[in-house]
Amino acid sequence: MTAASPAAGDRFLLDRRDFSAFLTSIRTAGYRIVGPTVRDGAIVYGDIQAESDLPIGWTERQDAGRYRLERRSDQALFGYVVGPHSWKKYLFPSHERLWTATRDGPTFAVISEPSDPTPLAFLGVRACELAALKITDKVFMGGIPDPSYSARRTRVLRVAVQCGQAGGTCFCVSMGTGPGVTSDYDLSLTEILTEGRHEFLVAVGTEAGGSVLRSVPLRPPTDEADRTVTAIVAHTASSMGRSMDPTGLRDLLLSNPDHPRWERVAKRCLSCTNCTMACPTCFCHTTEEVPSLDAEKTERWRRWDSCFNLEFTKLHATPVRASSSSRYRQWLTHKLGSWHDQFGTSGCVGCGRCITWCPVAIDITEEVAALRVPPPAPTPGGGH
Amino acid sequence: MASDVPSPSPAPSSHPLAPAPYFVRRQTAETGDTNTLVLAPMDGGPVPPALPGQFNMLYVFGVGEAAISLSGDPTDSTQVVHTVRNAGRITAALAQLPPGKAVGVRGPYGRGWPVDAAAGRDVVLMAGGLGLPPLRPVLYHFLSHRAQYGRIEVVYGARTPKDLVYYDQIQEWRQRSDLRFQVTVDAADRSWYGDVGLVTARIPDVRFEPGNTIAFLCGPEIMMKYAARDLEARGIPRSSIWISMERNMKCAVGICGHCQFGPEFVCRDGPVFRYDVVRDWLAAREI
Ligand code: SF4
Ligand code: SF4
Ligand code: FES
Repeated sequence: MTAASPAAGDRFLLDRRDFSAFLTSIRTAGYRIVGPTVRDGAIVYGDIQAESDLPIGWTERQDAGRYRLERRSDQALFGYVVGPHSWKKYLFPSHERLWTATRDGPTFAVISEPSDPTPLAFLGVRACELAALKITDKVFMGGIPDPSYSARRTRVLRVAVQCGQAGGTCFCVSMGTGPGVTSDYDLSLTEILTEGRHEFLVAVGTEAGGSVLRSVPLRPPTDEADRTVTAIVAHTASSMGRSMDPTGLRDLLLSNPDHPRWERVAKRCLSCTNCTMACPTCFCHTTEEVPSLDAEKTERWRRWDSCFNLEFTKLHATPVRASSSSRYRQWLTHKLGSWHDQFGTSGCVGCGRCITWCPVAIDITEEVAALRVPPPAPTPGGGH
Repeated sequence: MASDVPSPSPAPSSHPLAPAPYFVRRQTAETGDTNTLVLAPMDGGPVPPALPGQFNMLYVFGVGEAAISLSGDPTDSTQVVHTVRNAGRITAALAQLPPGKAVGVRGPYGRGWPVDAAAGRDVVLMAGGLGLPPLRPVLYHFLSHRAQYGRIEVVYGARTPKDLVYYDQIQEWRQRSDLRFQVTVDAADRSWYGDVGLVTARIPDVRFEPGNTIAFLCGPEIMMKYAARDLEARGIPRSSIWISMERNMKCAVGICGHCQFGPEFVCRDGPVFRYDVVRDWLAAREI
């Protein structure tokens, strides 16, 4: 059947063989589709021209400091978890021009960078990533909206996918962000792969989501499909690779600037910034001035920065956070603690990227557990 | 179906983080490495209203921008005044701009000194080094509304007599009978007849009614820490002491993350903070 006008709340079944038609329909609606694709030994986000660009039959194995692509025994389209990329690279590119200024006699004129009007369809957004999008929305659109972020963000179509398996470093259940997709999506897919069946349960979240389904062959949902989807999400939730107790985290972090654990983790941390680059919510950036050779024109760029960089806090030639323990402490205290004060939410969605992509296998869940152990009390009376 | 996609909004003509063109009206040397710049809008229009204690991002074409406190009279809508120490690439470039040259300005940003909370009370201003320029607008304000405040006590300390800014103006302020302005230097040469020692050493001599006093401190963190401690010891409650913080800043609007100080964004939640709010952060190392 062809749905007349799918509305928010509607649900359908989409056959695997019609997935291409689904992609075509999104593209016909004017979107540039970006989603998972295999490149350089990892599943990253890139342009999706055809379904063959998807990581069909691939999965990955993740642990602290480890990531390896593996073949699946089936032909799942979304049978992986999350890779080194996050959607923030499309909304808040790692390197972006903000404006250009030209000399004009004694003065200068500034021209804002025009935004690319092509709307993006994010294909395969996981529950933790939807939560991360909400967080970066607060950062970049909560006050004076950042022009480039908001121009792109307001045109994004979020095609979510409920995770059919958990990764070795996932802990979305602890952070209350997943694995089920319950809100903040335009469309939500669940991939059903059982004996002889390969189909998707499609839930419509918004009008924009419904409108891209109009010319896609769809079937009404069955009770059996519903039961399968519930079981899939429950199974994923019960197989998280990591867990982290979130109770009282804000106070724990903010009241422990002198915990001895900071020195211990600093002995391992390389200040490589991998964790902050991979994290879907880390938003810190710096600005760069790029003048032309004849000095008649100059450009203002913004580039991802990290609180692990020594330059980050430089004030009158001296960094405020000179030790790597103070920088790791800043990262974790901000992410799990002061983020609440600033944005009314944790900065961590439990995606596990910082654990997987740390070259020395530092694990945020392990650090938090260690911080929960109170530091040894100072011995009274100067005894030993 | 293209009509289902939200139509592209026109590109904004000006970026909220783009500087407005100003020009250098005057540039005067304060000390060997510190200059005061007077800047006015290229288009001849008024400058946006600012509160004492706020800052601007000053931009040199092709070089970059730096956060600098406003240090002029806040009621003057024709120009902005900034006292800048030549301490890096951008401030060095600012120091080299002759009158007439373009400077970019965006701002003002941040929260200023709570001048309204000072009404009816004694006022203590303590400045260390380049902490005087961010306090000067507040002094202008107090002096132009003199009747609204009790005693006004200013203590200003610099490393050496050569490091004192606003030298001539300080002489005038010291002549006034409605203001007490003490100056001290850490190390004097033979030309110096005034006090020698840290600003905190002057605190026992500052006159105020402890239960009805507000204190504004600006200078190096260590100076503010000890000055706050000593003022507290003299009976000023923590909640009546205010300090101005400095951090690396890139955006000035709370999105680049650089200026974080505990849970605070210095650019947006500060630079002026009530001492009791940030006391723990000031006490901890490398925050
Ligand atoms: S802190 Fe780590 S687990 Fe949490 S959202 Fe960032 S990358 Fe994911
Ligand atoms: S915690 Fe790991 S990933 Fe993050 S900066 Fe340190 S070494 Fe790099
Ligand atoms: S200067 Fe960018 S957040 Fe404060």
